Amino acid sequence: MTSIPLDPRSGSGKVTDNTASDPGHREPLVLNMDRFSQVTQQVCQVAEARRTPMAWYIVFAFSLGCLGLLGFCVLYLILTGVGVWGLNNPVMWAFDITNFVFWVGIGHAGTLISAILFLFRQKWRTGINRFAEAMTIFAVICAGLFPGIHVGRVWVVYWLFPLPNQMEMWPQFRSPLLWDVFAVGTYFTVSLLFWYTGMVPDLATLRDRAKGKIQQIAYGAFALGWRGSNRHWHRYERAYLLLAALSTPLVLSVHSVVSFDFATSQLPGWHTTIFPPYFVAGAIFSGFAMVVTLAVPAREMFGLKDLITIRHLDNMNKIILVTGCMVGYAYAMEFFIAWYSGAIYEKFAFLNRAFGQYWWAYLLMVSCNVITPQLFWFKAIRTSIPIMFVLSLLVNVGMWFERFVIIVSSLANDFLPSSWDVFVPTWVDIGTLVGSFGLFMVLFLLFCRFIPMIAIAEIKAVMPQADPHYHDHHGSSDHDEEHGESEEAKS
Amino acid sequence: MSATSKSNVTAPAESEGKTMYGLIAEYETPADLIKAAQQVRDAGFKWWDCCTPFPVHGLDKAMGIRTTILPVLVFFAGMTGTMVAFCLQTFTNATDFSLWAMVWVTGYPFLISGKPLMSLPAFIPVMFELTILFSALSTFSLMFGFNGLPRLYHPLFRSKRFRRVTDDRFFIVIEARDPRFFQGRTKAFLESLNPLSVEVVED
Repeated sequence: MTSIPLDPRSGSGKVTDNTASDPGHREPLVLNMDRFSQVTQQVCQVAEARRTPMAWYIVFAFSLGCLGLLGFCVLYLILTGVGVWGLNNPVMWAFDITNFVFWVGIGHAGTLISAILFLFRQKWRTGINRFAEAMTIFAVICAGLFPGIHVGRVWVVYWLFPLPNQMEMWPQFRSPLLWDVFAVGTYFTVSLLFWYTGMVPDLATLRDRAKGKIQQIAYGAFALGWRGSNRHWHRYERAYLLLAALSTPLVLSVHSVVSFDFATSQLPGWHTTIFPPYFVAGAIFSGFAMVVTLAVPAREMFGLKDLITIRHLDNMNKIILVTGCMVGYAYAMEFFIAWYSGAIYEKFAFLNRAFGQYWWAYLLMVSCNVITPQLFWFKAIRTSIPIMFVLSLLVNVGMWFERFVIIVSSLANDFLPSSWDVFVPTWVDIGTLVGSFGLFMVLFLLFCRFIPMIAIAEIKAVMPQADPHYHDHHGSSDHDEEHGESEEAKS
Repeated sequence: MSATSKSNVTAPAESEGKTMYGLIAEYETPADLIKAAQQVRDAGFKWWDCCTPFPVHGLDKAMGIRTTILPVLVFFAGMTGTMVAFCLQTFTNATDFSLWAMVWVTGYPFLISGKPLMSLPAFIPVMFELTILFSALSTFSLMFGFNGLPRLYHPLFRSKRFRRVTDDRFFIVIEARDPRFFQGRTKAFLESLNPLSVEVVED
């Protein structure tokens, strides 16, 4: 099958459902459009619109308020000390590290979509990869904040890096905490490069369409003078493939290294070898939930339903279901190993997690992360916009509590009952968590307004019209290139 | 195509217009572009290009572009990252040498839980991360470097018609500096390849 005929239904009214999985018929990834210029117009109109939607202003104002709260809480923390948080002697990590792990995890879905699905030739990724990658970058910015402020003395945070200093001391490279600095730093840098590389041709599109001087200069500078030369595209495609191939092991390593922070310690409840794969699955799980949370309102607000179709959402919900099952398996396996190990501290740690003082957090985590995604077995639920939005929010809540349960319940009740204590968050803890969502949303809303939030050039390349054989229906092609398109997105 | 490929040594391109950058031919579909590009390739032009809104499948072959050396260079950049990470960790954590790196610095042999000073397994994660970091940075900078970007000005940007290259039009560009370029003949040649339009671009 060398060419895909236009969907026969497109003549009679708008197509909205492309979720059929008939192997004989390839459902279109772009609906109700058969010209490249329609894609350009649809995506660029968001960045070019003179008026910003009122809903954008409302959400932006609210997010800005939360960002202000973050600034205030962080300033108060720095001026006063980490005592303003609810930390106590056994519980020396709580909201700070929970938030760090949560935000790093959110980022993983973006890299999975942009890199791993690219390597697997899942063409539906083109509709969602740009803003999923943006989500990655903003989530890693939020994540990076927390280790930075929880060190207490922020002014010596450069001790994390191997820089010559007045003490003639170096960081201790055998510590997973230092591996984290390198893993998260590399992850942020590589994600940013990948995102920007993918965006250069689209910024050139905005530059060429720009009416005003400011837009021309701003988009022109960031487009780096891109002119669509095929000699450039050749190296560009190779570089993009390399970045995808580099990001794939990187993203798996980042949350593995984050999990080493816990797994290499001696604490019951942390000291488990299942952590690296379990953390990575959980990260992808929570990240996809966040992509759905963001994609559903964004496609409504900016009129992108023909590019981010129901099929995209359906596919993401399937991934949430798969990774949700993996997370559920990990929860069960933790309990099995705790029993099977015969170690009394291990057994206690897990029974305490489920039935101890944080039982409510554990119950919340299991119901949100294990039970909720099981609803996605039903297609009616996978393709229902309001239900998937609510479920994705529940998954986000559940995954935040997963990290809270792992960190706080293990620390609060360790080996020695005489040192046990209860962690209760203060208003600064909660304000910083809420504020980090403000930071994330402010960045994300600015991105939606000014940057092409869908990869225009990549979308065009997966349209059937982009195939050089599209117009010769009789197969009378006079060139002999092979077209490796048979393994297109089937999921 | 035979018109341009014969006897082109006598009249240099400059005589026909000193400030000319080249000719562009416009196409509407990838299929038309590929057909035309094959003929331009066979006519023996060297300084020519196709400009497209997205990478067109099969165009590299139709233009006769050789595969880039980029991945090989990235491999060596990645290996450099591995070695930098190994040397950094070994020097700072397992030796007490002094050496000059902008300032005098001295290693510090950390003794942690009785582990050996050269604890390679513990150094692997950072070696891995720096391998990826160096590879990605070199991929990015070499790709744009080889492409001659950033270059904020280009003669092609003079053409109003060429602005649609980032939207929905496909172009063939033949530069005036090509030894086989003659304004009249090359224009006629391009017009014979069924373009939507042919335009002269000034330098």
